[in-house]
Amino acid sequence: MPILEAKDLTYTYSIGSPFEKTAVDHINLQIEQGEFVGIIGHTGSGKSTLMQMMNGLLKPTSGTVLLDGKDIWEKGADRRAVRFQVGLVFQYPEYQLFEETVYKDIAFGPKNMGLDEKEIDRRVRETAEAVGLREELLEKAPYALSGGQKRRVAIAGVMAMEPRVLILDEPTAGLDPKGRTKILSQLREYHKRTGCTVMLVSHSMEDVAKYVSKLLVLSHAKVVCYDTPANVFARGDELEQMGLALPQITRVFRLLRERGITFPEEVYTVPFGAELLRAKLEGRAPQC
Amino acid sequence: MLKDITLGQYFPMDSVVHRMDARYKIIITMVFLVMLFWGQHLTSLLAGLLFVAVAMICSKIPPKMLLKSIKPIVPVLVITGVLNLFLLSGGKVLWEWKFIKLTEQGVQTSVFMLVRICLLIAGTSLLTYTTSPIVLTDAIESLLSPLKKLKMPVHELAMMMTIALRFIPTLIEETDKIMAAQKARGADMESGSLIQRAQALVPILIPLFVSAFRRAEELALAMECRCYHGGEGRTRLRQLKSGLRDYVALGLTLLLFAAVITLNTVLH
Repeated sequence: MPILEAKDLTYTYSIGSPFEKTAVDHINLQIEQGEFVGIIGHTGSGKSTLMQMMNGLLKPTSGTVLLDGKDIWEKGADRRAVRFQVGLVFQYPEYQLFEETVYKDIAFGPKNMGLDEKEIDRRVRETAEAVGLREELLEKAPYALSGGQKRRVAIAGVMAMEPRVLILDEPTAGLDPKGRTKILSQLREYHKRTGCTVMLVSHSMEDVAKYVSKLLVLSHAKVVCYDTPANVFARGDELEQMGLALPQITRVFRLLRERGITFPEEVYTVPFGAELLRAKLEGRAPQC
Repeated sequence: MLKDITLGQYFPMDSVVHRMDARYKIIITMVFLVMLFWGQHLTSLLAGLLFVAVAMICSKIPPKMLLKSIKPIVPVLVITGVLNLFLLSGGKVLWEWKFIKLTEQGVQTSVFMLVRICLLIAGTSLLTYTTSPIVLTDAIESLLSPLKKLKMPVHELAMMMTIALRFIPTLIEETDKIMAAQKARGADMESGSLIQRAQALVPILIPLFVSAFRRAEELALAMECRCYHGGEGRTRLRQLKSGLRDYVALGLTLLLFAAVITLNTVLH
């Protein structure tokens, strides 16, 4: 059974006014336990709206969201408990920090769960380490930190609830390349270590291609495809028509193919591409 | 959701009223208000009703929107109605029970009052439905400009109003976002005692204030970078232009008002 499932999910903003807009249009989706899902699409393709429905922050206009097969909007369902299980990190989450110290801010979620001091302490320290915040930063005021550090505090604040599904809405937006790879690789570590389901929203193919096991492509409020990165990138022309740029390395290999140099598979990470090239040059089979 | 509360409640459409000069719309609305409260006779109400009906049709604003604008003041209406109904005495007594008395004048005044308030809200709402808040402040500035001679900082006041109006939707959106983010971390804003609920506001208010200050600073900086220095010699992107339809509309309104005055004096 999928851990999270969307059935015929639709959301329309400002119904009945001139600003009416359907942001999510009859979407069906199944997320399996332990998956690392990348969600890509243009701005306005409905990514954020879809994610906010997944943890019950937005009530669908129609359709249902199932967590462990149970409708989260069912009568008597505890939506707060759903939010502890499906953690959502918003875009620019550093703007939600409010406590006096980093420690207290990370502890906000676990405290709301009603955990005891000891458990809260363990979680705060563990997640702070997981996102690479040094011990001495914990007693600092969040506003005294740098942008990238604040971002990591905010992410830790959601991780500390130890949700079974962790959704991150563009966690790397506005960060420099170094900060970007750092957060993404920390996420991969976290995913490997805890085995929880991670959903990563991004508009950059480059970012997600390296890390995810499944890719969900959204366009104009609908699902274009939901498949492994290799299968998704195999439909590269279609994606480019939608205005979604393929990863640079994939584009390079497509150009090579156009020149008659063929490779058996679609390439979307640099190390894999490098290995293929090296093998080709040395006239051997690629090792991976 | 919070998003549905739009201050200024501008309802974009393409109609004669939407295209009118905002200054004239303000003057006409003021004439309408005076007319509505002119005398104690039925004529002013009928004229007001006629005005609202014609303005509504010309502006293509659906009647449902006007009803929606009246909805928030229903409690006020009920209280005024009831107070007027029982506290005013005069004329024939229609119904009596112990110390509560219902008189002819009480009924008349209370009905008048209710219709008046409804028309007042409907009429002024039409102004805000058909004029975007920014244009509205421009028009207010233009109408108040004679006060500049008295050293009143009219332009600065208008600028402050424009900025405030401009940022209301932004801040509402921001509040929405912060609330959602804190809810995602399990913040509970709907249950608990009054004190608990007040405490639950802290995680929302602090980030909101911080971001408001940040925005103010950024805006001030951006304005300074563009050498903004106040009203003196400044031209506008959107010029307010009056035309035939504005004169006709004002003329008709004044005519209606004149008719109300005449009828009131003749009938008394």
